[in-house]
Amino acid sequence: MPTVGRSLPRRDGRDKVTGAAKYIDDLALPGMLHGRTIRSSIPCGRIRSVSLLSDPAGFTVVDYRNIPGRNVVALIGDDQPCLAEHVVRHVAEPILLLAHADRERLLAADVDVQYEPSEPLFDPLRSPKVFKSIAMRKGDVDAGFAEADEIVEGEYRVGHQEHAYIEPNGVIAVPADGGVTVYGSLQCPYYVQKALRAVLDLPADRVRVVQAETGGGFGGKEEYPSIVAAHACLLALESGRPVKLVYDRAEDMLATTKRHPGVIRTRTGVTRDGRLTAIDVDVVLDGGAYMTLSPVVLSRGVIHATGPYRCDNVRVRGRVVMTNTPPNGAFRGFGAPQTQFASEVHMERVAERLGMDPVRLREINALRPGDTTATGQVLGRDVSALAVLRDAVERTDFKRRRRELRGTGRGLGLALFFHGAGFTGAGEMKLASKASLELTERGARVLASSADIGQGSRTVHAQIVAEALGLPFDAIEIARADTAVVPDSGPTVASRTSMIVGGLLRRCADDMKQALGGLTPKEYLKRRGPLVVTRQYEPPTSAAFDEETYTGDAYGTYAWACDVAEVELDPVTYEIRPVRITAVQEVGKALNPVLAAGQIEGGTAQGVGYALLEEVVMRDGRMANAQLTNYAVPTTMDTPRIDVVIHERPYRHGPYGAKGLGELPLDGVAPAIANAVRHLGIDVRAIPMTPERVMEAETGERKKVGSKK
Amino acid sequence: MRSALSALELLEPRSLSHALALLRDAAPVVPLAGGTDVYVLLNAGTPSGTRYLNLQRLDGLRGIARRNGVISIGALTTFAEIRRSALLARRLPSLVAAAREVGAVQVQNRATIGGNVANGSPAGDSLPVLAASDAVVVLRSADGVRRVPFDGFYTGYRQTVMRPDELIVAFEVPPVPGRQWFRKVGTRAAQTISKVVLAAVRAPEPRVAFGSVAPTVVRARRTESVLASGGTLNEAAAALMTEIAPIDDLRSTAEYRRRVAANLLRQFWTETA
Ligand SMILES: Cc1cc2nc3c(=O)[nH]c(=O)nc-3n(C[C@H](O)[C@H](O)[C@H](O)COP(=O)(O)OP(=O)(O)OC[C@H]3O[C@@H](n4cnc5c(N)ncnc54)[C@H](O)[C@@H]3O)c2cc1C
Repeated sequence: MPTVGRSLPRRDGRDKVTGAAKYIDDLALPGMLHGRTIRSSIPCGRIRSVSLLSDPAGFTVVDYRNIPGRNVVALIGDDQPCLAEHVVRHVAEPILLLAHADRERLLAADVDVQYEPSEPLFDPLRSPKVFKSIAMRKGDVDAGFAEADEIVEGEYRVGHQEHAYIEPNGVIAVPADGGVTVYGSLQCPYYVQKALRAVLDLPADRVRVVQAETGGGFGGKEEYPSIVAAHACLLALESGRPVKLVYDRAEDMLATTKRHPGVIRTRTGVTRDGRLTAIDVDVVLDGGAYMTLSPVVLSRGVIHATGPYRCDNVRVRGRVVMTNTPPNGAFRGFGAPQTQFASEVHMERVAERLGMDPVRLREINALRPGDTTATGQVLGRDVSALAVLRDAVERTDFKRRRRELRGTGRGLGLALFFHGAGFTGAGEMKLASKASLELTERGARVLASSADIGQGSRTVHAQIVAEALGLPFDAIEIARADTAVVPDSGPTVASRTSMIVGGLLRRCADDMKQALGGLTPKEYLKRRGPLVVTRQYEPPTSAAFDEETYTGDAYGTYAWACDVAEVELDPVTYEIRPVRITAVQEVGKALNPVLAAGQIEGGTAQGVGYALLEEVVMRDGRMANAQLTNYAVPTTMDTPRIDVVIHERPYRHGPYGAKGLGELPLDGVAPAIANAVRHLGIDVRAIPMTPERVMEAETGERKKVGSKK
Repeated sequence: MRSALSALELLEPRSLSHALALLRDAAPVVPLAGGTDVYVLLNAGTPSGTRYLNLQRLDGLRGIARRNGVISIGALTTFAEIRRSALLARRLPSLVAAAREVGAVQVQNRATIGGNVANGSPAGDSLPVLAASDAVVVLRSADGVRRVPFDGFYTGYRQTVMRPDELIVAFEVPPVPGRQWFRKVGTRAAQTISKVVLAAVRAPEPRVAFGSVAPTVVRARRTESVLASGGTLNEAAAALMTEIAPIDDLRSTAEYRRRVAANLLRQFWTETA
């Protein structure tokens, strides 16, 4: 019986449902202290003094002077201090760390920080400080515009988004013979290790990072846990005791990363018969106070900015800039939801201008096998833009339903979108990730640093290996993501865990099967001794990506999707209620169909929040609604019926044809909903489309859909 | 949990008179009903006090009954109980509608109507219903009982006429003539705090009460008289604008609240025509 393609139950399911699973805050070690972070209360200024006013007895106190290594959060730019020295650049920037055995004493501790505030910068469009800029070019845009019959321009705005994982950030750091061991809620054990080595000035073998059961991540536990872990380690090394540092919800929302807000300006040239002749996009992302992963978020945003369309003349310019707000970072989709919101709402406006059916316009321009993308990547056979579009249109009876709904208070819209799986450009090459498989009596044990953060990677990896070895699913164990045990398989991000790491495991299993030569694992171990097989990433194609010119193969492959959203406008309250979303998504191969559908449903629900509800209210650089009461993520009652339709067009280099699918579902929800709102005659070009914003568009001076300009 | 739990004290009275004596003698004491407001403050590290008076054993404060045509709702009655009450479904359906929209089921199982009113948030969902139904708040202290018309209960933002030694023991609701109407507008479909909420009664003397549009719940008397005297909806909406004072906050804007309040008024009036 095949293992791949079956909806086997999740490995972690039972323990989570019964409450047996232990998260960081469930763990306690003998002699453990609790940690607390004292943070900046102003967005920008100099620190004049820091003083602990409470009785210091029993307290461990750490500031930047206690850092044995470099005072940086090692990532890309190394511009972010682990603890502020003389200057703070955002609200909630860490300044001082405290630990105490008694949580109540710790919380009661009074720390006085005196500042010399300076003028903060909040508007990204006026920021002089650019973390990264990118210019991508294909063909000749001027010639393309000259050829156009119509030129359509627009500006689109997207807001912050909070990850709202169910478990806030937390770690426990344990000092251990000349080094540290960290247990944490995290996505990327080796990122944390790298950051700790820099801060603590320790060699890799003295820094052990172990992923604890993790209650969600969505990118929010990609880079941020490096900071939590570094702080806990500093306290642990200073006190010589284990230290638990767990954020509560308010602190987590106030201090940790969010999705980058952005302003995207698009100009498109099109012929009367609907052929795109030029696309010119300008992307500005707000990076917040430090660089974090902003350059790579921008990169993915830029590459996805033209949408899944063929066009010979493209220019995309992007920059991510500094503002005095908490740093923004990785979030499911990583730049692509931002720019594809703009590209798909813009496509709708192009269709309106031409008076053309929006489906037809997309059909004419959708990428096909053999086409070249904006980076000049020649697409292989696994291109499904047209297939998902046509299926979605057919299933929803799109054209007829659009006519039927006219004047009823309901609207129907769609978005066609794609998502490159794995690291961008040369990223996977540079990562050179590894995974191993160790023979056991019953079967094999997976050794990979992939973190199961609820997406089910333990289950899917076991399925891939079981299938390749021809062994039962239960014969495959998964080792904990522990840097002392598993090799560096790269971070658990970028929709790469099934496709890239799963691919490495598939190769390991093939090698192992060959080595076994027909013996059972038990026989092999008895006769030949232990067996561990390791594979390292090899690029599937030769067309390397050139980061200077932004040309070449940006991704190994792409997943494709079309969302159709039906919405209802409440004329009394201006609320947009999504009634039904049809999500047709081509993912190569659904290794575990229930888990794949779960990713699509969850990503779609998160997209509904991004589109309609989730608004980070920033006041003077501080998130003013840092509570789940006032930052509204969708409840099940806000989530419409979601019809998930999975297409499979295998990717040659993916395990059993699988492509990455974790992020794809989020990319298209907001534009599909926005286009459904346009169908109602309401011109909204910014998300979230809160009732307040819809009211302005409906009742204000602003133009209505269909009017020129 | 940002508050120091070890610093808290819980008093456990076994009878109402015991509770009232403690309120008088052990002040300051914070009554604790379902805890759904109290615990939020404790978690945030901004508790209302350190000594709490557990009302849970005071069974006399529970239950919904009808006496001489007046419905009496005990202060400890939960929104779940209100949702299930056949009597209220017949006599005070807008309270049932409001109960259904408080938080979600878990919260409704704990949250009491007395806590909702005593907490005094202008967004409390039961408040407009009580205002529109001319309810009476029954207060008790060791000194005795007093009855305060709901419309006179609040004196300002989270300010009431209740004294620190008093408890709300019940609400008394006389028969409501006419058709009741209720609608809550929050930031999402459940687990949400009202941005605007309207409870109204369609009768020759219409009643209109709004929540979340002023420092206290607003019984819109001018609007009511425009409607009663056959004024147009536009005239009524104009009167309403003189009676509410919404603000911009984390959840919405003053402008939105004004417009939606007027829209709700129109919807109420059209649907009950
Ligand atoms: C997740 C969540 C969602 C919520 N959603 C809503 C909502 O949709 N709509 C809404 O209106 N509210 C909502 N609330 C707020 C809260 O549930 C209500 O206000 C509830 O009615 C409070 O009742 P309680 O019994 O829990 O009060 P408690 O928390 O026990 O007490 C609240 C206050 O009233 C005082 N008090 C309680 N009983 C008495 C009494 N008999 N006499 C004198 N003083 C008393 C207490 O001292 C305290 O100051 C929500 C709360 C949570 C946590």
